[in-house]
Amino acid sequence: MTAEEIRAVLLRALGRVAPEVDLTSLRGDLPLRTQVDIDSIDFLNFVIELHRELGVDVPEAEYAALATIDSAVTYLQGHASSKA
Amino acid sequence: MAEFRMPSLGADMDNGRVVEWRIKPGDIVHRGDIVVEVETDKGTFEVESPIDGAVSAIAVQQGTKVPVGTVLATLGEPTAAEPRASPAARQLAAQSNIALATVRGTGPGGVITIQDVQRAAAAATPTKIAVAAEPAELEAAVDARAAMRRAIAAAVTRSKREIPHYYLSTDVDLSRAAEWITSQNVRRPVTERLLPSALLIKAVASALTRYRDLNGFWVDGAFRPGIGIHVGMAISLRGGGLIAPAIHDADRLTVDQMMLALRDVVARARGGRLRGAEMTDATITVTSLGDQGVTTVIGVIYPPQVAIVGLGKISERAWAADGKVSARLTVTATLAADHRVTNGHYGGLFLAEVDRLLQSPETL
Repeated sequence: MTAEEIRAVLLRALGRVAPEVDLTSLRGDLPLRTQVDIDSIDFLNFVIELHRELGVDVPEAEYAALATIDSAVTYLQGHASSKA
Repeated sequence: MAEFRMPSLGADMDNGRVVEWRIKPGDIVHRGDIVVEVETDKGTFEVESPIDGAVSAIAVQQGTKVPVGTVLATLGEPTAAEPRASPAARQLAAQSNIALATVRGTGPGGVITIQDVQRAAAAATPTKIAVAAEPAELEAAVDARAAMRRAIAAAVTRSKREIPHYYLSTDVDLSRAAEWITSQNVRRPVTERLLPSALLIKAVASALTRYRDLNGFWVDGAFRPGIGIHVGMAISLRGGGLIAPAIHDADRLTVDQMMLALRDVVARARGGRLRGAEMTDATITVTSLGDQGVTTVIGVIYPPQVAIVGLGKISERAWAADGKVSARLTVTATLAADHRVTNGHYGGLFLAEVDRLLQSPETL
């Protein structure tokens, strides 16, 4: 998958756990949690959505890689392609 | 014939709007089936049928706002066989949203006539509804956010006016609980992963089985114990809303079931898919602002409940034990409770029990 495709999947997953958020206003280089105000349960639901969409099971110890949209796309691209 | 009325989804609800019917005349419904979606100042909720029955008539059309207690639909005894009716009666029944199964036939051999249907239709016609008079344009302009704010304002004002709160706080060493969760999560797929909230809320629910006077309602000058321990989980909605849907029989859930329940209820609260019973059944509330970084949250009791437990941020703090100081993961747990029902001593024992339970996470 291309980075753009992964970004689209990621935003769709985010839209499902945080339907009130204007996804177009998000910046890729800033921390997601402060931009979207998601709590730990939302975040877990988000990681589960990513798993469902991309087949990537992000270990708890590597959650830091999902801190920003940009870092998450890089991480997910690396792991999604290695599985495919 | 039973009447299904606009339910009160919380002490602060006066009106509700029928958003969408999930039933039509003639349908057989069972207790607990979702029959209608209702919109209130706090959002849209799915409302269950309180009884078994066959839908005889829908009295309030979609889009109409009515006061709590208004008859929304009538339900009759479930009947299996399609009744005999004249073709004209059948046609009129279909046009008038009347179920033939609920019409008494007066024709030869009990056949339903057109007059029978007319009588049934007249009986099912809704009475004039005062609130429905608001013009649609004005209604649309009403800011949903402002409405939610008013609902919250009404509840907390009543709480602070009527409930003599007392407040307690204790710091709980969560290092064992956190280690146990980490050790579980490394070998679990993401779909089965645990969060500390699941342990904390389970500990609160389990402690309540021994401290039942914190679980229930103050009604008409007396405490009524809750039937079951249904923990309302306060959820902040983006845009300023606040909602506390109940996790039913929280004391009987395993930690894994609690985790699933938390994920489910949060996702549905965000998506506006909560059920009516979840809005009315909570016997106590837990508010958790730890993710926002606050150390301590002391809640405002949601009337007519008699207690609210507050959970702050889980963080490493200097902890003195056994003559030395070490860094431990801790959480500050608070209790705001109704002094008419319990005393501080009782509340203190309850918080100590929560602490004790969290020291053996594997047995929760």
